[in-house]
Amino acid sequence: MGRKHIITLTAIMMVIVFCVFVLAKYDIWGHSGMTFGLDLKGGVYLEYQADFGNISSADQQGRLAETKNIIEKRVNAWGVTESEVYVAGVDRIVIQLPGFENIDDAKQLVGKTAELIFREQAISINTSLASDVNASDTLVAVASVSGFGVGDVFVIGSTASTAEMQTIVDIDSVNGAFSITPGFAYSHLVGENVIDQWTPATGLVNGEEIALTGIYLLPNCYVGLNQQTSKPEVLISWNSDGATLFSQITTRLVGEPIGIFLDNGLISAPVVNEPIPDGKGVITGMSLDDAQTLAIQLNTGALPLTLHEIRTQMVEPSLGESSLRWSLLAGIIALALIFVFMTAYYRLPGFVSCISLLIYGAMLLTIFKLVPVTLSAAGIAGVVVSIGMAIDANVLIFERLKEELRGGKTLGLAMELGFSRAWPAIRDSNLTTIISCAVLFWFGNAFGAMSVMGFALTLGIGVVVSMITAIIVTRAFMRTILYTPLAKSIKLFLP
Amino acid sequence: MIDFVGKRKLFFIISVVIILIGLVFILPVGPMGLKWSIDFTGGSTITMHFEQAVSQAEIMSVMTSLGHSEAKVQKATGQGISENTFIVRTKKLEEHVQDPVTGNTIAEQQKIKEALVAQLGAMEITDSYDMTATMARSVANKAVIAVVIASICIALYVAWAFRKMKHAFRLGVCAIVALIHDAVICLGVYALMGTFFAVEVDAMFITAILTVIGYSVNDTVVVYDRIRENSLKNPGLPLATVINNSINETIARSINTSMTVLLVLLALFLIGGPSIHNFVFIMFVGIIAGTYSSIFIASPLLIEWESGGLGRVLRRFSLRRRALAKG
Repeated sequence: MGRKHIITLTAIMMVIVFCVFVLAKYDIWGHSGMTFGLDLKGGVYLEYQADFGNISSADQQGRLAETKNIIEKRVNAWGVTESEVYVAGVDRIVIQLPGFENIDDAKQLVGKTAELIFREQAISINTSLASDVNASDTLVAVASVSGFGVGDVFVIGSTASTAEMQTIVDIDSVNGAFSITPGFAYSHLVGENVIDQWTPATGLVNGEEIALTGIYLLPNCYVGLNQQTSKPEVLISWNSDGATLFSQITTRLVGEPIGIFLDNGLISAPVVNEPIPDGKGVITGMSLDDAQTLAIQLNTGALPLTLHEIRTQMVEPSLGESSLRWSLLAGIIALALIFVFMTAYYRLPGFVSCISLLIYGAMLLTIFKLVPVTLSAAGIAGVVVSIGMAIDANVLIFERLKEELRGGKTLGLAMELGFSRAWPAIRDSNLTTIISCAVLFWFGNAFGAMSVMGFALTLGIGVVVSMITAIIVTRAFMRTILYTPLAKSIKLFLP
Repeated sequence: MIDFVGKRKLFFIISVVIILIGLVFILPVGPMGLKWSIDFTGGSTITMHFEQAVSQAEIMSVMTSLGHSEAKVQKATGQGISENTFIVRTKKLEEHVQDPVTGNTIAEQQKIKEALVAQLGAMEITDSYDMTATMARSVANKAVIAVVIASICIALYVAWAFRKMKHAFRLGVCAIVALIHDAVICLGVYALMGTFFAVEVDAMFITAILTVIGYSVNDTVVVYDRIRENSLKNPGLPLATVINNSINETIARSINTSMTVLLVLLALFLIGGPSIHNFVFIMFVGIIAGTYSSIFIASPLLIEWESGGLGRVLRRFSLRRRALAKG
């Protein structure tokens, strides 16, 4: 046996071990089991009611449809293909998602408005309550701000235990409100209704004062790991207006915190070290899951309506309670029939191709589990056809092998010729299929036709893997047979 | 060796007849035409709660007997959800239908409730509303555009892959003709099923058509490969002979490959449950059409093109049209 041949066999063995390992372990690298579609395994069912607030009734349906579209985009960006999102009645949105075991994760993804706002700390104080106080005092109402100046230090807070030390950095001479930042020792205390406030961070674009929000983000946010802390972070980039605002705000706030708020909740408040002119930024302070959800939400935009949860439940498969079990059984029986057929018709090579078909199946399932690919009836159609193509590659080779054997070639030569002659047909036929899958995938992605995308993905992966198994795995096994006594009986190859 | 090429006119006629019959049923006249499912049209949703244990299949059979075979029934489970709660999605329910027992006019939802209570025991409808489509109708149109773009890419690739042959571009075009042939046959059969068995075009049908198209091209290219090999090996032979030899040499492979796919589909059809019957059936039809077209349509069409037969047919057709336009 040649060295190359042994290396190939070893590599195949390693792939098999890897696949078995991935498939046998239910939980692996954050993937639990296979992901099946709503039609085969059911999923999470969420029902929301839209809060129209003071939106005019003429605009309501438009906003609702827009909200539905954004939810669909979020779901698709998450990788859940074959979800169902629809508007129900006049003010409800129903979402069915396969592949979520935890309802809360699903709610986090679709139900959140995801409005991102950047704020700065500015503390306005009710001037009627301000006054000189002693350090030991806690809550004192004061009468005026006269006598205070920039650099004076305060303790503020609603109670003594939550009071924080603040420095006056700016005083509005007209209405007496002043801004302070954290730090330092204190000498004064101000009244109880004064708490630190975050006000929208604004800048000037074309002479207009504009608050910096998620609207100005480019839809290419992604999750990365910080190199120093190895904590997850969302990397964002601003469009040109956003970059201008961000540059102005970071220039103004050097040494001060900038508050990043999602749906009015503070995510993090990093201190600005230096002005950031290039329109890039990071958001930290989240778990990896939250960071991934946030990146999707920032890329797809905030919902134009606030949603209230009405109902959350799990639903069973739409194709019937045991559709998955039956489909699997059908698959096993079909495989058994193929085995019988291939072995009866092509003898030993047919049997070998069955073994590589099993390896093909294991590789395919492993990829589906790790990507993860949602398997629905549509996806299974893709798999069925790719099984056909996997067998087809073998059939092409074996038909050639038979031809060469009939032509009087020796087994070893006939085998090599069989593979090399069948290769152009396998290559061209599968490449055309891969090309159409690529077009369909791109198209489904660009125009939101999700089932088209899911199908193209399963078929495309299936065809690539089938080419690999036919050309590498079947060939390696067949070459191995040449070294065994089986090779002496030509009847095993030529019925 | 069988003379497939000599009988090509017969094969063309068979295909044309089948396609024409299909096209008649695709035309949206009276009960004919493709029917859109609730995936595309939207409809009504009813949430119901039964007092006794019932199964999804039982509800489904009652819904079918009421003429709602399109219904999607899902059992709801989870915390705070009472046992035996189901979500039923149907076509848009009518406000006014006749009560089969009393003859009075009632809402269709009421009629469904009465039938379910009569057959499955006490139940109440906890919620109901109209719903929009889960899939925009435009998805179907978009899928068509996607297929057109994919076809152009395939034709270009085939023309390039077979560039050593004369008129390589014709091979690409004929592969696309075979692909359209298969898709149209599937559409026709589906329209026929829609006319007689109220079968509807749903999201799964679109996938089935895409599957068939993928298979069809794959199958055609394998035959082309053999034609390429044989014509390069014997440059003197006439194209018709080369093609006939190639079809004969690849027919065992074509049939065997289709057999394995059909075996899988047969197993899915028999075991996979009634909800995927239409889906599997149309794939079955499509795989047979795809195998047929790659043997009897794509390559023989090349001969017609080469011999000018195709040009003659087209000219005659356009002359007749011109004559019709004049007269």
